[in-house]
Amino acid sequence: MEKTVNHKAWFLVLPVLILVAFSAVIPLMTVVNYSVQDTFGNNVFFWAGLDWFEQLLASDRMWNALQRQLVFSGIILAIEVPLGIFVALNMPKKGFWASVCLVLMSLPLLIPWNVVGTIWQIFARVDIGLLGYTLRSLGINYNYTQDFFAAWTTVIVMDVWHWTSLVALLAYAGLQSIPDAYYQAAKIDQASRWAVFRYIELPKMSGVLMIAILLRFMDSFMIYTEPFVVTGGGPGNATTFLSIDLVKMALGQFDLGPAAAFSIMYFLVILTISYVFYIVMTNLDKRDGTQ
Amino acid sequence: MAQITLKNLAHSYLPNPSQEDDWALKEIDHVWRDGEAYALLGPSGCGKSTLLNIISGLLIPSQGSILFNGNDVTEAPTAQRNIAQVFQFPVVYDTMTVRENLAFPLKNRGLDAGIIKERVERIGDMIGMTDQLDRKARGLAADAKQKISLGRGMVREDVNALLFDEPLTVIDPHMKWQLRTQLKELHRQFGHTMIYVTHDQTEALTFADRVVVMHDGRVVQIGTPDELFERPEHTFVGYFIGSPGMNFLECSVEGETATVDGNRIALGSDYGRPSGRIQLGVRPEHVKLSKGEGLPATIDRVEDVGRHRIVRARVLGAPLNIIAGEGEAIATDGQTVVFEPGRVNIYSDDWRVEPHGSSVGRRAA
Repeated sequence: MEKTVNHKAWFLVLPVLILVAFSAVIPLMTVVNYSVQDTFGNNVFFWAGLDWFEQLLASDRMWNALQRQLVFSGIILAIEVPLGIFVALNMPKKGFWASVCLVLMSLPLLIPWNVVGTIWQIFARVDIGLLGYTLRSLGINYNYTQDFFAAWTTVIVMDVWHWTSLVALLAYAGLQSIPDAYYQAAKIDQASRWAVFRYIELPKMSGVLMIAILLRFMDSFMIYTEPFVVTGGGPGNATTFLSIDLVKMALGQFDLGPAAAFSIMYFLVILTISYVFYIVMTNLDKRDGTQ
Repeated sequence: MAQITLKNLAHSYLPNPSQEDDWALKEIDHVWRDGEAYALLGPSGCGKSTLLNIISGLLIPSQGSILFNGNDVTEAPTAQRNIAQVFQFPVVYDTMTVRENLAFPLKNRGLDAGIIKERVERIGDMIGMTDQLDRKARGLAADAKQKISLGRGMVREDVNALLFDEPLTVIDPHMKWQLRTQLKELHRQFGHTMIYVTHDQTEALTFADRVVVMHDGRVVQIGTPDELFERPEHTFVGYFIGSPGMNFLECSVEGETATVDGNRIALGSDYGRPSGRIQLGVRPEHVKLSKGEGLPATIDRVEDVGRHRIVRARVLGAPLNIIAGEGEAIATDGQTVVFEPGRVNIYSDDWRVEPHGSSVGRRAA
């Protein structure tokens, strides 16, 4: 059978092409453009090749920010995932209180980032903040504007407060999908509480947990607003994560070339980690299925 | 292994049951004899699963008590009852291998590794999964998973009873036969008390020594497959067992004769003068096609099912099913039917009336 040739179909794809071009491709290419050239303004560019990339890779600045970033993401995942699962396990399964819990759990998720930042910035202040003032009155040396440890603690607690709900809600959804027969069978098999968690709840939750981990990893890896509002990246560079450093470089120092190179490498790191994560996830699924 | 006694047992899912309909399980007194295979048969929602869950301890009854070998276990948790239960949908631990699945109940009871290994291999062989023992349970087909569930139920040697809650619902028909035969075989080998819940009469009648028929939260008859067929104690049993079910005709009875719309039918035994709403029940297998004698019948339709034919007829305005042999002639008009005298049962307000001077037959518990 002969295929019908009709080029008019291309017109139907055109709106999407235009949308994607203006929303993603052209802005990205602008960044690429900046990353390989040098400019002194007025749209006058000089070819710089890979100089910016080499310069960044040779300096400590990006490496330090990356290191802080990885430590931060690692810590919040290590806290939020177990805590979220723990919360989900203890939420009521049905009835009036289940709804109340669900609403309460979703509240932090509805608050915009900068508002969360502002809440904690004030809450933790030692002069007027409830938390900061109380801690200092108890004789604890706490000041997130001066102390490295206090700044990190504040930023981490804030993130845990804001995002544990997400993990808890996803884990809760996973738990709700487990049929009653599994728990009954476990009772009959005399499984301990730990065994029920290990062999029934955790495997049944693994799908949603993977998604929770991926979401929390990407979000925390790109975190900007909250630490910016609370600590501004300080004290010193203590809480200067990748995004904060990038904005400092691009808008603070107006080093557009290095900042563009930085963005591209930042983007590639996230892409690589997410890809590896995805591959590992799907492979685990497949191997279990066909082994 | 144990004898299980139910004393004045009843259950309602409502906190304050006030009327009859509030009870999911109406009062029952029954002894499940040690080592027998029972089937609990009834349509969906008749209370069979409720009863099963009370026995296994997943549900605490609102009233009455359960005794295992004379010990009251009404409030005892499932773990203490030492019961095995297989559910409608296969429950396997996905992340474990088949072997670990089978070993799980033994491991939780802290048994010796050597004993566990030996038992697991024995059971693996019995359910025909020896070559798959080291495979992960995830990704197996439904019937293989259900086999693992069965195996996990049977792996403990000392269980008081094995409970099955419609275990073959998700299994393909040809596998059903195989698994059911395996279950019977296991029962013969180990002699566990087995209770098998189902809404499929073939499954119930082929599996069990005794069948408990439930209807609307009440046990209506307990008997051997033969008793259920020949002498249903309740119209529901007559209607539910058999394919097609029993025929019922409104009638009045005096002594050895029933009168249906002015036509007299000989019953073969003396029923006296029963009161209430009287019905005559006769199985399609015991209705004979005739010419001239008996009741006039109009044939609506004939269904040929292969080994026999089902004749859908109307007798005196009421529907009547007849099972006729392949060769039998069926007249389009002037057809009459006769009932085999000894095979007719009389029901008063849905319950069977015992003929006078008869030693056979048994009232439902």
